[in-house]
Amino acid sequence: MTIEAKPQLPVPHPTPISQPFWDACLRHELTVQKCTSCGKLIFIPQDFCRYCFTETLEWVPSSGTGKVYSYTTVWRPQTPSFEVPYVVAIIDIDGGYQMLSNVINVPPDQVKVGMAVEVVWDDVTDTITLPKFQPRQA
Amino acid sequence: MGNIPLHDVAVVGVYNTKQARSLEGHTSRTITVEAIRGALDDAGMTLSDIDGLCIGGIGSRAFGYEAGLRHTWAANGGLVGVSGVLEAAAAISNGIVNTVLIASGSAGVYTQRESTAPWTRPSNEFVECWGLFTAAEFALVARRHMERYGTTPHQLATVAATIRNNGNINPGAVYYGRGPFTPEDVLNSRMIADPYHLLDCAMTSEGGGAMILTRADRAQDRPKPPVYVLGGGMEGEGPAYQHPPSYDMLDETGVGAAKRAFRMAGITPNDVDVCEFYDNFSWEVIRMLEVFGFCGQGEGGPFVESGAIQPGGKFPIVTDGGLMSFSHSGNVQRLQRIIQAVRQVRGDSVVNQVPNAHVAITNNGGAGALYTDVLLVGDQRP
Ligand SMILES: [Zn+2]
Repeated sequence: MTIEAKPQLPVPHPTPISQPFWDACLRHELTVQKCTSCGKLIFIPQDFCRYCFTETLEWVPSSGTGKVYSYTTVWRPQTPSFEVPYVVAIIDIDGGYQMLSNVINVPPDQVKVGMAVEVVWDDVTDTITLPKFQPRQA
Repeated sequence: MGNIPLHDVAVVGVYNTKQARSLEGHTSRTITVEAIRGALDDAGMTLSDIDGLCIGGIGSRAFGYEAGLRHTWAANGGLVGVSGVLEAAAAISNGIVNTVLIASGSAGVYTQRESTAPWTRPSNEFVECWGLFTAAEFALVARRHMERYGTTPHQLATVAATIRNNGNINPGAVYYGRGPFTPEDVLNSRMIADPYHLLDCAMTSEGGGAMILTRADRAQDRPKPPVYVLGGGMEGEGPAYQHPPSYDMLDETGVGAAKRAFRMAGITPNDVDVCEFYDNFSWEVIRMLEVFGFCGQGEGGPFVESGAIQPGGKFPIVTDGGLMSFSHSGNVQRLQRIIQAVRQVRGDSVVNQVPNAHVAITNNGGAGALYTDVLLVGDQRP
């Protein structure tokens, strides 16, 4: 995959808490926080557990696979730097958490709730790679 | 029923400035000040009657200084809307303050029209990079309801057409005279974020609004009849536009808020005469009808097609045109929903006055914003 500078697109600005997530994305690894006390997965990154309020969180590999929980095809872009149409979705990640992302490499009108998807990487800048999702390859 | 302190509070003045897509010659400050003057006139008061402040934009304490107004209370986090009214009402009923001025306004803010309005696209870390903005966030919630209950785009469009037709005949609405609309017109407008067409979404505009609350014993013999706070409730899951707006988390957000508000008021949804809902997106109104108890969970779609929400129906909604047609300037629309509820109860709505309206429900927020705040107002002190 070629690295194409798209400086006009908004990129995330990592915080000390989220930096490990974005560092892993640069290596094309999807990660998530796991609570070693209650076993639950937490996303977006926090410094304590949403479910049991302990601080025993560690970064673990995510399955990187899941299903489309909900989606919308956007025709009016957030800013002109986005090309329409694009699909924004909530992904139910296998293992038990949700994240917002885009569904790509599929015509928007073929995206459905429940569609099986897998992570695919978009190297946006030298320091930011965005996880996106595409229909799961057989 | 025991003594409910909030019942000792009344709205005695409301005012909306001119609303427009763009207010030439105004800034957010000047339009807010104009709204404040209007509300004081409506209440038959001057600034010297005010000792509490909840002012958006300018800021409560900044306005207090600039107006030379020693104040005994300033809002600590309540927005210019339901949460601010409830915070002010609590302070009044506890004797902290006597009379609170609530006001805000926006002008000259939305200038880059090739992008969505700035307040619709917060730059949050796990949201902005995937091209989200408010319409897309709200679409993600609506989609799950449609999948689960079979709610249709036509039902969403029925809500939008109803509200836009109310605004169409309101001379104060930004989109006065722009209709009438059928649900088919809504479905034929261009797609923004599926299932939301342009006409399913709130518009963007500029304007100001203001309100004055005071102790019930100071609310008598004013130019306008007092409108009492009957009950209120708030409920949230977290900050807006930072986390996935998951319907499974949000399907009951506001149920508890409405229950508390109705219990406090000692009434049920059947006692409500008019519903001045926060109509940021068409499907959200369907959800409000469900979570506030006007119909059952999943029944909101057929309910809006039953005629109940039309003028003359059992539960007329958003009678001034709301965020879709009256005005939506980025923050004061939260207060403007309450202002319209007050006008209905006073009997001086500019349009679509509901005959003998005694009780109005209003709310702020929505599933896509992860919170729902509810307020009930009425003409009888409970
Ligand atoms: Zn835990």
